[in-house]
Amino acid sequence: MTGFLGLFRRLEGPQTLGRGPAFWALFALVLAGALAYPLFSDGYTVGNTVYFFVWVFIALSLSLIWGYGGSLSFGQTAFFGIAGYGYGILTINFGASYGFTWIALLLAIGMAALVAALLGYFMFFGRIGGVFLGIVTLAVTLMLERFMAQTAGPEWRIGAARLNGFNGMSAMPPLTIPWFGGPIVLFADVGLYYVVLAMLVLVYLALRILMNSSFGNVIVAIRENPERAEMLGYDIRKYQLITFVIGAALAGLSGVLYTVWGQYITPSSMGMTAASLPLIWVAVGGRSDLTATIIGTLVVLSGFQALTIYGSQYALVFMGVLLVLTVLIAPNGLVLGLITWVTKRVARRKQETA
Amino acid sequence: MDIATLVFSALYQFGDAFAFLVLSACGLAVIFGMMGVINLAHGEFIMCGAYVTAATVHAGLPLPLGILCGTLASACVGVLVELLVIRHLYERPLDTIVATWGLSLIATQGTLIMVGSTMAGVGTPFGSFQVGAYSYSIYRIVLFVAALAVLGALYALFNWTRFGVLARATIQVPHMAAALGVDTRLIYSLTFACGAGLAGLAGGLYAPTMTLVPTMGATFIMEAFVTVVIGGADVFLGTAPAGGILAIVKSGMTSWQGQLFGQIGLLIAVIIVVRVLPKGISGFVLRERT
Repeated sequence: MTGFLGLFRRLEGPQTLGRGPAFWALFALVLAGALAYPLFSDGYTVGNTVYFFVWVFIALSLSLIWGYGGSLSFGQTAFFGIAGYGYGILTINFGASYGFTWIALLLAIGMAALVAALLGYFMFFGRIGGVFLGIVTLAVTLMLERFMAQTAGPEWRIGAARLNGFNGMSAMPPLTIPWFGGPIVLFADVGLYYVVLAMLVLVYLALRILMNSSFGNVIVAIRENPERAEMLGYDIRKYQLITFVIGAALAGLSGVLYTVWGQYITPSSMGMTAASLPLIWVAVGGRSDLTATIIGTLVVLSGFQALTIYGSQYALVFMGVLLVLTVLIAPNGLVLGLITWVTKRVARRKQETA
Repeated sequence: MDIATLVFSALYQFGDAFAFLVLSACGLAVIFGMMGVINLAHGEFIMCGAYVTAATVHAGLPLPLGILCGTLASACVGVLVELLVIRHLYERPLDTIVATWGLSLIATQGTLIMVGSTMAGVGTPFGSFQVGAYSYSIYRIVLFVAALAVLGALYALFNWTRFGVLARATIQVPHMAAALGVDTRLIYSLTFACGAGLAGLAGGLYAPTMTLVPTMGATFIMEAFVTVVIGGADVFLGTAPAGGILAIVKSGMTSWQGQLFGQIGLLIAVIIVVRVLPKGISGFVLRERT
């Protein structure tokens, strides 16, 4: 029992921003707001918010691998795509009854994690790091996109599921919860909103615990100085591989939820542009903190969507400029920079008044 | 079909793959090998070279001059990029990847907005010739020769010229070179321009063979990355042999299963090689030597 309670103590720690009653009160307030939000909004807007939430998972995965682990991966979209396609293939073949969609969700995430474990084994145990890791993962992503884009012919089918080449797969069943008196189908509005919100809160808290545990501390130590971490007796390859696999699973969750949300998945969701967007959100938000990543992702995503309404072609240019400027001016991210600046100001004010 | 035509066909395909790999990779390899910077906007420099080449050819210049213009234009853009962005990030190699990635987004989308979704191409010069039952494009042979010429020219540049010596000194021990009076910032700028120019050259050379679209850079970068990862940091000990080996893999897989499997073969090769030779071929060769 004490061990279980000990987990909760790990919710705060050196690797995550925010501690003390003030932070958790704010957290509860935001959560209450998020819970109440669908009551004051229409189905379409709520569905759109779910779309934002879906992307937060892949952003968190990148924050974990890149921000905490220090290895830049462009492969998150590959895992996103693998899991998305995996979910589609499984549910189109086996249907949605008896809650199978949830099993499909888990299996699809498992697929992404398995691929990540294989790829990660070759990379981390080959001890390539730094820039090469980025290149290899990017090559994998691009290759997967090219492969899926050419699966247009009728010979590319897995069971009943046609892969459909560039147009992608569609019409897979949404998530359903088996219930007395008929299953509850979670379409992309209020129902899915609460499920995804619950997942998001769980994942966020779980990642906080993970990063403040000894595992997380080792991961950060490896980021800061791999040689020293190794000298202290940690097998850094294993730690990096495990982080990579966890990250891939999160990206996979994002992919499944994306597929569930729109009931389609296309190869371009794994392309260059798709791979760059999570990177922008995470870099702008502040990659080395979970909370900053979430805030950054939601802010940049809504900004991007607002821009797309006025001129979709310029939105991407703007994103590119934003990324370059962030790297040059605020390497730790705008949101994270802002948060640290504000907390410092507050602390100084407190000292002055005391 | 007799043996001679079969052998010729295999050699032709090998040469074609080799030229593509080496030409698309050497700009990236120069920048990575000399500066440790991976330029993710590499594909966009190639696109820039191809577009400028096509534009100048449409304006009435002969193709070789057009290619020269493309090369120079890319090199100029390279200097600009180095001054504005890369220069500030030498201490943070991972951030250069992210920043150049942003540049690549801007360049691709900016070209799409300014030039449109496609640009009129340039006809492939020289025509073709017949061996056995198949006809071959002469221009592909020219490309192979060009790849060899580029490797030779780079060797000469870095070994026999004053710039080459200064550049290699800067790369080995930057502060020592600076202490001896070398303007290391200038050397870095020139090296980056050289890499960007090589990318532009690749774009110019391949402009007559492909459709010009803003995303054409993506066709090159995978091959370029794979070659640089397998080759390692040295252009001559790495990129050239890596290009040779990968060309065998690629042309073999392509003639066996088609274009896509050629690329998949490349990818599998790179994943296996990073496990066995993490520092690439040149790292392996250099370790054996010392």
